[in-house]
Amino acid sequence: MSQPILQTLADALSVGGLYALTALGIGLIFGIMRLINFAHGELIAIAGYTLLALFGMPPAAAIVAAAAAAMLLALVTERLAFRPLRGADPATLLIASFAVSFFLQKTLILFVGARPKGIDFLPLLGRQVDALGVRLRSLEIVAIAVSAILLAALSWFLKATRFGLEMRAAAEDFTMARVLGVRANRVIATAFAISGLLAATVSCLVVAETGVVQPRMGLQLTIIAFVGTVIGGLGSLAGAALGGFLVGAATILLQALLPPDLRAFREAFLFLAVTLVLVLRPRGLIPARGLRERI
Amino acid sequence: MLPGRFRRLAPLAALLAIVAAFGLLAGLTPAVTARRATEALIDLVAVVGLYIFVGNSGVLSFGNVAFMAVGAYVSALLTMRPAAKSVFLPDLPEWIAGAEWPPLPSALAAGGAAALLALVAGWPLMRLSGISASIATFAILVITYVVLGNWTAVTGGQNSLMGLPIYVGLWTALAWAAVAILVAFAYQESRSGLLLRASREDEAAAEAAGVHTVRHRLIAFVISGFLSGIAGVLLAHFLGTVRVETFYLDLTFLIVAMLVIGGMRSLTGAVAGALVIAVLKELLRQAEIGVTIDGTVVAAPAGLGDAVLALLMLAIILFRPKGIAGGRELFGGSVEARVVADGEVDPLRR
Repeated sequence: MSQPILQTLADALSVGGLYALTALGIGLIFGIMRLINFAHGELIAIAGYTLLALFGMPPAAAIVAAAAAAMLLALVTERLAFRPLRGADPATLLIASFAVSFFLQKTLILFVGARPKGIDFLPLLGRQVDALGVRLRSLEIVAIAVSAILLAALSWFLKATRFGLEMRAAAEDFTMARVLGVRANRVIATAFAISGLLAATVSCLVVAETGVVQPRMGLQLTIIAFVGTVIGGLGSLAGAALGGFLVGAATILLQALLPPDLRAFREAFLFLAVTLVLVLRPRGLIPARGLRERI
Repeated sequence: MLPGRFRRLAPLAALLAIVAAFGLLAGLTPAVTARRATEALIDLVAVVGLYIFVGNSGVLSFGNVAFMAVGAYVSALLTMRPAAKSVFLPDLPEWIAGAEWPPLPSALAAGGAAALLALVAGWPLMRLSGISASIATFAILVITYVVLGNWTAVTGGQNSLMGLPIYVGLWTALAWAAVAILVAFAYQESRSGLLLRASREDEAAAEAAGVHTVRHRLIAFVISGFLSGIAGVLLAHFLGTVRVETFYLDLTFLIVAMLVIGGMRSLTGAVAGALVIAVLKELLRQAEIGVTIDGTVVAAPAGLGDAVLALLMLAIILFRPKGIAGGRELFGGSVEARVVADGEVDPLRR
């Protein structure tokens, strides 16, 4: 295959992987407590700023610290804001997460300012390598590999461990799972911690790609990934990953395939697709069981 | 008969009196404060516009700022002087480029355009409920934002449109605020409004009783779109410029926060939210400017206001989920509110 086609494919795979990870972080929490966590973007931002603060330390240490910061923030928002609202209707939860997101974002701006800051994180990844007879950036290969490994690890965790089983049970029918002895606090806290970990991973990849951190760096990702979870089927984990991947890949393909005049309207097409899915398949591509409203 | 009918109008009279008092008091203050009050009244029109749909249908909309944007741009295009338009928008179609409408007709046309968008977008989307419907309205916001921000020939794209006639002052804003409250009250007391609120309480039961939920949602959405469009017009002709960035997430957050904090299930809540937040915003702004004590300026850090607003909204959701007004109207019967408040105990809540 020729260079441009493979290049586009690699772009689509790596960006799709990023969005799949983000969508999974959002979908995991939605599945269990019907919360669409707008504040996921701020988890990504806090990880980014941790990388910035620890610039100069060994990258591995910075990455671990970033993951710890995002997981901690996720747990704190769960404990202080979302736990008291457990069982509230999804609209209330959505507004609450909107408020949490704005609070975190504005507080971050208060401390670090709104301007983007440059950081040369993992410059090695910017190098070109020869793969399959074409030149690709090593960052893309790393992004694809990391996404694939994390998705595989997460699906192993969900399928093969007791924690994962409890989590899937809780996502399917929270009340029933609790009746059968699943501990709500533990399952939900674990879900938040995992979503923090996913956010930190995405953050590291994005910072390495763009070389910039800013308070709103997670917003765009979150909004698009959020679209992915809707398309995939809210409440279904496989659906979230698939939807996120499709949306991410679609943005790249739209960018490549749309006539130049229309490229700026890419996101309008994306959201048009979302509304189409909502109207034609309101429960998504891979519908979650147990989400249908009972009377 | 008559006393009963009057009692029904009591909330309307009370709200109009409060808003009029707010406006008149502001009229006595220095120009800077009066300007802030004008801004608050414009926000009030936007919040009441949002309330007409959200309050009566129970479906949260993130899309109303899109209608504000459409209102602002349509009115800008109709009222700007042709000479100014040829500078900012040289590629404009002939019939818009030559137009120079007076304020009121162009405001009504702009509101009409926003209502039309609400009708076209709402027609397929109003059958959605709950979270899917909210996401769909969010999609309206994003699509409108992207289209307005990139349709350079007509909107100027990312550049601001400048040189709009600045005709919105305190009195214009006050008049439109009164109109908005009147329209919202008339709708919620109408047959369609009552049926829609029945579907808000229990969609399945209302449908079973013959309520055409989708139709009434659409009616409310269109009226809501019109008033939001008007709010956009007011904002545009208050600032004198239109920029697409104005009409995106920050404004959406502010308007939604005002409605949630006031209480999204009553018109009193919408009005209370807009006015309380406006006053609070002004106080925070003063705190950011600071006070001078013995020659040193003691000030809160810039940007504190936004963080406090978000925190306040969160606190309201956590501790008073029904908002300041708690779903009731001033001087209104509270039967409905009590029935709702005594709702079932949720097994998931601990």
